[in-house]
Amino acid sequence: MSKLQRGINSFIEQIDGPIATFFTSCVHCGLCADACLFYTETQDPKYTPIHKLLPLRRIWQQEYTFWGKLMFRLGLSKPVTDAELAAWEPLVYDSCTLCGRCSLACPVGNDIVYMVRKMREGMVASGHAPEGLKGATQRAIGLGSPMGVNLNTVMTHIRNTEKETGLSVPLDKEGADYMMVLSSAEIAEYSEVFSAVTRIFHQAGVSWTMASDGFEGTNSGIQIGSSDLAAELLWRIVRAAERLKVKYVISPECGHAYTALRWEGPNLIGRPYNFQVIHITELLDQLRSEGRLRTEGLDETRMTFHDPCQMVRRGGVVEQPRNLLHMVAPNFVEMPDSGIQNWCCGGGGGVSANERAEPLRLKVFSRKKAQLDAIGVDTIVTACSNCRSMLLDGLEHNNMSVNVVGLTELIAEHLAPAAK
Amino acid sequence: MNPQELLYWVRGTGLQISAAIFVFGMIYRMLHLALLGRKKSLAAPRGSEWGPGLRTMWRRSLVMPELSANGRFTIITGYVFHFGFLITLFFLSQHIDLLRAVLGFGWPALPRSVIDIAAILSIAAMIALLVHRIIDPVKRLLSDFQDYLSWMVTFLPLLTGFMLLRGIGFGYITLLTLHLLSVELLLIVAPFTKLAHMFSLFSARWYNGAFAGFKGVKA
Amino acid sequence: MKDHDTLEHRLTEQGISRRAFLKFCAAMASLMALPPGSATAVAAALAQAKRPSVIWLSFQECTGCTESLTRSHSPTLESLIFDMISLDYHHTLQAASGFAAEKSRDDAMKAYYGKYLLLVDGSIPTKDGGVYSTIAGRSNLDLLQEAAKGAAAIVAVGTCAAFGGIPMAKPNPTGAMAVSDLIKDKPIINISGCPPIPVVITGVLAHYLTFGELPALDELGRPKAFYGETIHDRCYRRPFYDQGKFAKTFDDEGARNGWCLYELGCKGPTTHNACATTKWNGGTGFPIEAGHGCIGCSEPNFWDAGSFYTPLPAPTAEVTTVAGIAAVAGAGAAVALSALDRAKKKHMQQTHEKLTVKDLHD
Repeated sequence: MSKLQRGINSFIEQIDGPIATFFTSCVHCGLCADACLFYTETQDPKYTPIHKLLPLRRIWQQEYTFWGKLMFRLGLSKPVTDAELAAWEPLVYDSCTLCGRCSLACPVGNDIVYMVRKMREGMVASGHAPEGLKGATQRAIGLGSPMGVNLNTVMTHIRNTEKETGLSVPLDKEGADYMMVLSSAEIAEYSEVFSAVTRIFHQAGVSWTMASDGFEGTNSGIQIGSSDLAAELLWRIVRAAERLKVKYVISPECGHAYTALRWEGPNLIGRPYNFQVIHITELLDQLRSEGRLRTEGLDETRMTFHDPCQMVRRGGVVEQPRNLLHMVAPNFVEMPDSGIQNWCCGGGGGVSANERAEPLRLKVFSRKKAQLDAIGVDTIVTACSNCRSMLLDGLEHNNMSVNVVGLTELIAEHLAPAAK
Repeated sequence: MNPQELLYWVRGTGLQISAAIFVFGMIYRMLHLALLGRKKSLAAPRGSEWGPGLRTMWRRSLVMPELSANGRFTIITGYVFHFGFLITLFFLSQHIDLLRAVLGFGWPALPRSVIDIAAILSIAAMIALLVHRIIDPVKRLLSDFQDYLSWMVTFLPLLTGFMLLRGIGFGYITLLTLHLLSVELLLIVAPFTKLAHMFSLFSARWYNGAFAGFKGVKA
Repeated sequence: MKDHDTLEHRLTEQGISRRAFLKFCAAMASLMALPPGSATAVAAALAQAKRPSVIWLSFQECTGCTESLTRSHSPTLESLIFDMISLDYHHTLQAASGFAAEKSRDDAMKAYYGKYLLLVDGSIPTKDGGVYSTIAGRSNLDLLQEAAKGAAAIVAVGTCAAFGGIPMAKPNPTGAMAVSDLIKDKPIINISGCPPIPVVITGVLAHYLTFGELPALDELGRPKAFYGETIHDRCYRRPFYDQGKFAKTFDDEGARNGWCLYELGCKGPTTHNACATTKWNGGTGFPIEAGHGCIGCSEPNFWDAGSFYTPLPAPTAEVTTVAGIAAVAGAGAAVALSALDRAKKKHMQQTHEKLTVKDLHD
């Protein structure tokens, strides 16, 4: 089977009732363009979200509609070609962060990003995925992490953390309540998270562990759009969690890790989990409401929160980070369009792993810059390490001096001394 | 065939044919969409699907994110067109006469002055939307033959209907025949073009709301 | 009896004043929408006109057309117009009967061959050799074809002669046809209506006498002067239509207020005739003034165009049942085709080759 055929078969396989309904309902009104930062920041009509789905739309017509089938058989509807898919690759990968803002804007209710996610299945199967994402996925499968970190790296951080905090970092502890999973960026770049969670969980008395065979939550398979590869990566966490018989797996500060673990996971492995998945922010807020998480001191700097798309719009975790911020940040201000309408940083959905897309993602950072300029803050807090990296890149590119902080670390910094 | 016979045919057999195609096509397409189905998610839900799904079916008509000037134009003009069209369709006494004959029940009509305004606004909005489709780069890129066909078959009933009410251009029989023919063309074309959104948009919105509701996203 | 007296002479004989005659001519001119001032020309032409021979054939009809003509305005000038012509044959009106009657027709046809006017009321049965209506043992079809040969022009009086009318209504057991369906080589003027307005008949005859030719006709062969507008165009209840004020029943408030009868099935909008302007019974009124909607009697197929009480927008055929059948068929098609589509999708899932890292870099 040719790669193209494999891709087209995959499109046919992916098209379901919702996708057929969405294509049936689209009236080509173009309103989704206004919701997409790749369009608003470039004014290039090719970045209109629904336009990115054109090849998939044709497959739907040719395979799932009566007239489309007829036209296709009569040769009046041109088949989807390799050249066309190659031309669409940058639209489907470089200019879509799977942020889902278009899905909220569509007046007929099309969940456009749902379709982009499915379209990537066929794109990757036909060989039309960006080199950067292919590399990241290969590293994730082969080395255990898209950024090349491995167990040795994790062990080093654990030892350093134990030295620094004087607390033990549980590894492979069977029967713990919670299993902490981290994102590769946290392990590689923001390792302070190790000591942050260790101290917080110690104070709150959380029974937790990390797993030597399932420490990384970043799922490049989801980003490149291959359920097969995503499942392979996810199985590591599922097996570890089930081996250690934990009740919960904690999703790290990483948007797509949360989507992969929380929402796609059971569908990828084909069965429900024997554990629950909870986002670190959800858990911290729960500890706060139970009185188990106590802070002291306030950070007087003017602070805002960048809502990671996968956490709010695609994940439903909106109030929790705010509850936590209110504990320590008296000068907290909301960004315009905060919450589920927040604008993507521009690096999600695999875009930040795709070197080719770098100029574009830095260009469209102008939206985030405008949001930040509107409120003039000193510090921007977020709960996604990928957003965090993108924010740092964007701020640097625009010569802006704003601190970027992870939410968990911010809380850990103000942690009250442990109770006796 | 004399004009009276043509009118009689259009009011009878023509309507039967077009109504049959419309009903057949719409039932076929909507049921086909439903029967294609979807895989039930195995993830643990944070919220329900039905409530948010149903709410999104009408809330999506009301809540809009921040839009550009082009977007605002589309929304406002789109609203004017849809409202004008629906008011004219469902509240002109002549239309109620037809629906009463088909459905067996009717409802009070709106005053002719209201209908006139609705029809004029709707026609003006359609023309504006067509112009916008041609000049707005986004819409121009998205548009294909179907978009212009759908526009035409929607516009003709409005135009001929207005001409008929006002007695513009042709005699009553000619205009009534043209109006009915244009409506029948619309009925025949609607199920197989994007005009099917008149029904499918509700299930599209339901899916959208249900997906969000499942995850506990308060959209 | 002098056959070709001038009209003026005959009118004087009958004691009709010149003034009354001019008044008649003015009325005719205005009815036919002739330019102002042409009344005098009409008068001059009519005054000097010779009486043409007229043969009136009655076929499948109810005599309503003749009744309309002879009884409604009598005794006004309109009835006297028959003094302008030499009515050489008319079943109902002639004194002669039997062979004498038939002979007078034969004589007229011979004597004025190529010059006489043929007036026809009633439709012509054509099925089974036309046996369904015969006169003196000859079929209507035969009589028509014979009389048409020598006619200068034919006037089809009434909807039956003009369009087939009630005899042609479904299921048309006699194979009734209109004059124009059978005669193709003569000028034919249709004066439709069931019955037609008397003044329209006389008006057309006056026009023919004045100008020696038929008046301008619409696409259905009717004189535009009388059939150019619809009842609706000239209806005194039109303002209520435009305001959307409709009587819902024949005895409701709207009906008492004289509102538009559209929803009660009035066919005024689709009916071309002069009732709303010339009116009936010496200008007394017309059906809508009596509180009943127009039934469209001057239009072809009026008897088969649905109930007189069905509003115009309502379908003329059963739509609900057809739609019901279509719905069932649509559901069936959806079940069948979606099963095929699901099978295709399933096949794709089963033949899905698992994507591996190796595939990423081939």
